[in-house]
Amino acid sequence: MSVQFSQERLNKVNELMSHYPQGKQKSALLPVLHLAQQEFGGWLDVSTMDYVASLLQLQPIEVYEVATFYSMYNLKPVGKYVFEVCQTGPCMVNGSDNIIDYIKEKLGIAVGETTQDGLFTLKTVECLGACGYAPMMQLGKTYREHLTKEKVDAIIDECVKNATTNN
Amino acid sequence: MARKLLLEKANIEGIRGYDVYRREGGYKSVEKALKMAPNDIVEEVKKSGLRGRGGAGFPTGMKWSFLAKPEGVARYLVCNADESEPGTFKDRYLMEFLPHLLIEGMIVSAFALGSNVSYIYIRGEYDWITDILDNAIAEAKQYDFLGKNILGSGFDCEIYTHRGAGAYICGEETALIESLEGKRGLPRIKPPFPAVRGVWDCPTVVNNVETLAAVVPIINEGADAYAKIGVGKSTGTKLMSACGNINKPGVYEIDMTMSVQEFIYSDEYCGGIPNGKRLKACIPGGSSVPILPANLLLKTAKGETRLMNYESLADGGFATGSMMGSGGFEVLDEDQCIVRHTMSLARFYHHESCGQCSPCREGTGWMEKILKKIEYGRGELKDIDLLWDIQRKIEGNTICPLGDAAAWPVAAAIRHFRDEFEWHVLHPEECLKTNYGLAHYADTPKSPEGDLVKA
Ligand SMILES: Cc1cc2nc3c(=O)[nH]c(=O)nc-3n(C[C@H](O)[C@H](O)[C@H](O)COP(=O)(O)O)c2cc1C
Ligand code: SF4
Ligand code: FES
Repeated sequence: MSVQFSQERLNKVNELMSHYPQGKQKSALLPVLHLAQQEFGGWLDVSTMDYVASLLQLQPIEVYEVATFYSMYNLKPVGKYVFEVCQTGPCMVNGSDNIIDYIKEKLGIAVGETTQDGLFTLKTVECLGACGYAPMMQLGKTYREHLTKEKVDAIIDECVKNATTNN
Repeated sequence: MARKLLLEKANIEGIRGYDVYRREGGYKSVEKALKMAPNDIVEEVKKSGLRGRGGAGFPTGMKWSFLAKPEGVARYLVCNADESEPGTFKDRYLMEFLPHLLIEGMIVSAFALGSNVSYIYIRGEYDWITDILDNAIAEAKQYDFLGKNILGSGFDCEIYTHRGAGAYICGEETALIESLEGKRGLPRIKPPFPAVRGVWDCPTVVNNVETLAAVVPIINEGADAYAKIGVGKSTGTKLMSACGNINKPGVYEIDMTMSVQEFIYSDEYCGGIPNGKRLKACIPGGSSVPILPANLLLKTAKGETRLMNYESLADGGFATGSMMGSGGFEVLDEDQCIVRHTMSLARFYHHESCGQCSPCREGTGWMEKILKKIEYGRGELKDIDLLWDIQRKIEGNTICPLGDAAAWPVAAAIRHFRDEFEWHVLHPEECLKTNYGLAHYADTPKSPEGDLVKA
């Protein structure tokens, strides 16, 4: 087994499991997968999923089934910063197409791709519940709303800066 | 100005925290409810006329009274905070700014239903909001409103958040239950209904965020006072999330006696349409409800002023009306292309279909493909009939209502804007160039500036 949570994370897993009745620890699967994805490089490889299965005493297939169903779980490597731009009706009406095109051009990648330096991945997603603040994208834990080209530039700069200072 | 029952205090500095919330009268409904008999609370909610705010509008008190109560079996209350219907972002607002209001409503509701453990199933993307709720839960626990024997009442009450992971279908209550059990979000065949066999096969009530928050003013002020607000079977206030081509997008709490016209044009609400553009169409209750052209939006087919409530929005059925749905109100101005917008929604439903039923799984994909073909100038006239045919074959033939939700927007777009579809087919070059079709729609009413607003 190649991956392993820290003791602190294991305590978190146990706490999550305690939210559900005895014997229903499978319910903790979605939250624990979020934790695993966050901890182990932003995506779930097979060994990570197998590890989660062992923690929750599930069959690996039960974990694969879930990981492949939900769009927030990445099944292949992603960049350090994932731009998830909403493209649904209300955002489209407010110019999300242009924002997506601009990001493509600026980063030189197509939707679904990652920049060569491994910094950025561009994804399109469906409505994120921010339609009044369109166009928007999710970046990590929070939303970036009312996007303009200038804002996109600033966000990219911010990410590049963070990446260089954090490494 | 309408009375606000939910958002009145949303702008008070620090209201997100327990201290300010409590100082402003928070958690009074819990103190009151714990002195009542649980069944009396259910009766109050029945009497209030409160209808589910998640989309279907089912009477909440009645739903609660269906909850099975077998001896020795746990019962569960689950708050549906999956909020993924395009155009809808009201629950987010409520949870982000007034997390304690939801927790308060849930404690009262859990007590009424006899649920000792409750969950908030929140969409995975609302990550920071989950933190806000977790904080509020911890605070409520610290002050004895959650935990064992709350306020010495003998009632044990726990609330946990549970994050989804990106699947619109998990807003459907049985899919939500599957997801809460740690599985794929595949809707269950009903019956049995969750009220009899829900999460872990135990009796379960699933309610929307706004529904549970509304229990607070109902208990505080009494069912009669609540029922007096609004009109007919649309009692109380309703949260609307307004978006699209309007000057002031955002979340508004409305009195359901207001006209659609006032909502769109008055400065207190949407503030009219930017750049002096004309109103073309509107989806008044989230992407699943039928789109209405401007002329049928402001007035019903009978020529009556259309109001922002369940009955009036539905007046005329699907032929000339729409639905209140989830309150996701999207306005489209004269520059918007209905074909393109419908294509975007079809893509959404195709993406979100769980794949269990062939009419939905295959039909949504077909609709997306055909709409793309038409939008990009390669459509034929017979494609429009084919689209109509496909949506008819989905509706009513699936396990869960996502199939209907995918069919209705397409049906309504063709019903009201068929000429725009035909124009795309007949002008392949032009529709490619402008990308947005054109504002050729004949029935678009003249600019309703000024006079109409004050009507
Ligand atoms: C495809 C689909 C998605 C739904 N999404 C939501 C949602 O995000 N939030 C919600 O409260 N209800 C949603 N519903 C409605 C729920 O199934 C359920 O009726 C509702 O949560 C009941 O709560 P209420 O009675 O308080 O409205 C959805 C239904 C369907 C069919
Ligand atoms: S209607 Fe669609 S989403 Fe609902 S169960 Fe069938 S395939 Fe799944
Ligand atoms: S449509 Fe983009 S957030 Fe809703």
